[in-house]
Amino acid sequence: MTQAYQDTQQAGATIDVRYVANLARLNLTDAEVATFQAQLSQIVAYVNEIRALDVEGVEPTAHAAPVRNVFRDDVVVPGLEREQAIANAPEHSADLFKVPTIVE
Amino acid sequence: MGKYRTTIGLEVHVQLKTHSKMFCGCGTDFGAPPNTHVCPVCLGYPGALPVMNRDAIRLTVISGLMLGCRINSYSKFDRKNYFYPDMPKNYQITQYDLPLCLGGSVEIEVGGRVRTIGITRIHLEEDVAKNLHYATWSGIDFNRAGVPLMEIVSEPDLESPEEASAYLLALRQILTYAGVSDCNLEEGNMRCDANCSLRPADRVELGTKVEIKNINTVKGVQGALEYEEIRQAEALDGGRTIVQETRRWDADLGITSSMRTKEDAHDYRYFPEPDLMPVALPAEQVAAWKAALPELPQARRERFVAQYGLPEYDARVLAAERAVADYFEAALRLIPGSPKAVSNWVMTDVLRVLSERTIDIGRFPIPADALAELIGLAEKRVINSNTARDVFALMLDEGGRAGDIVKTRGLAQVSDTAAIEKVVEQAIAENAKSAEDFRQGKAAALKFLVGQVMRLSKGKANPQMATEMLVARLGKG
Ligand SMILES: [Zn+2]
Repeated sequence: MTQAYQDTQQAGATIDVRYVANLARLNLTDAEVATFQAQLSQIVAYVNEIRALDVEGVEPTAHAAPVRNVFRDDVVVPGLEREQAIANAPEHSADLFKVPTIVE
Repeated sequence: MGKYRTTIGLEVHVQLKTHSKMFCGCGTDFGAPPNTHVCPVCLGYPGALPVMNRDAIRLTVISGLMLGCRINSYSKFDRKNYFYPDMPKNYQITQYDLPLCLGGSVEIEVGGRVRTIGITRIHLEEDVAKNLHYATWSGIDFNRAGVPLMEIVSEPDLESPEEASAYLLALRQILTYAGVSDCNLEEGNMRCDANCSLRPADRVELGTKVEIKNINTVKGVQGALEYEEIRQAEALDGGRTIVQETRRWDADLGITSSMRTKEDAHDYRYFPEPDLMPVALPAEQVAAWKAALPELPQARRERFVAQYGLPEYDARVLAAERAVADYFEAALRLIPGSPKAVSNWVMTDVLRVLSERTIDIGRFPIPADALAELIGLAEKRVINSNTARDVFALMLDEGGRAGDIVKTRGLAQVSDTAAIEKVVEQAIAENAKSAEDFRQGKAAALKFLVGQVMRLSKGKANPQMATEMLVARLGKG
């Protein structure tokens, strides 16, 4: 269970906006942090209202629609031509997407 | 054992044998030119929607059943969020809290000690792209992105690098038997993350664990863990604490080194994948798969001993690989009276050729029924064992059936007394010196004379009969 998720599990807990923004690679100004802090707190408070409900006997679910087992057959279908695929890349070589050197 | 106890757990990633990727119809064949098996889904285009590959689910469940897992009646997919160039969506579709399979175990044997290694879970996820590194830039090939990858997580039950290696080999054998993966290490079909910790022998609680990422050979896993055992023991001896970290294995240098990952790198903010509906396999479906499971390697070994009376050693060699065991049984079905002869031919001649030519049995030129025909001729003494080996070589290089080769080349063994007698006489006449030597008690001379009989008969004489006749003629025995 992640930290951000656990935080929202505790009523009244505040979200660490800077931490979450950093995980999402977002650079926020102090003003933006303040704005999102207020907005996210409202959202968490709203979600926390569910805690007041009696959900005894209600199965937790990740999806609201009663649909299960949506599969496709294991069949190969043509995708994109390589030229098409790499055309949108900011940079590419003859056959690869080019990115800044990856340091492991 | 020494001062410390080692605790190891393995996470093994296995590429499933499907034609198409996990969530799109792109092909999965290895070695295709870069970025030729790609589409909006596996390139992570916004708005492209994934659809689950039915067979990837089936193969994962079959793996679970082979390993004695419980199959979750309700399973779902989640997003694991992180940023890396090989993952263009910035999340990997995987399974977090409701994997397809739970529990299970693998039996291993190291140094005569049999142990049961627990399996925690098996989940299904998509593979990431392949990074290629150049002097001033890196390149990404998305052919592998989205290929179905099954992750098998073991309990921290392994107590030594040898056990880890035995576990991997046993797992690979079972998965190959199940036909769910080629488990080809060279093609990256099987990759492994190893967790390893040491603790003083008298302590119960586990020490700080270190994770070694992405090792792709069985030898590498053993080497990396052997290195870690020494490194951690030295640190503990020196009163230093072990840092919880991720390390990489350098096979060339034979060392592990720290990967200096960021502190928050493990906060993946998992949440349910909204684009995929849950999987709830009907119990009848799972039961049908279970009923159709192939025999486990160990069960097959035991059956080879019980049913065919083969020595333990033969059974182990023959059952090591499912395709070889299938080949053996296919040949044996045609000459059911000669299990040991078939075993000898497969173990020595067939496996030797496979190793010389570095091919697998699927590409072995002599089909099982053709080998059975050859062995049948040798067993019925239609041809002697030397001729049988020659016919085998001919079949190997030119194909054809043993019966035809024996007939057209006139290779049938001569067991006609009069005919052999004639050749024996000729051999004695032409080699009077050797005949005399044998009479004088030189046993080696007999071998030479039998050889001459075989030569004069073009290999067709029954060597047993020739020997007996020579001994009778030369009056010694
Ligand atoms: Zn695709």
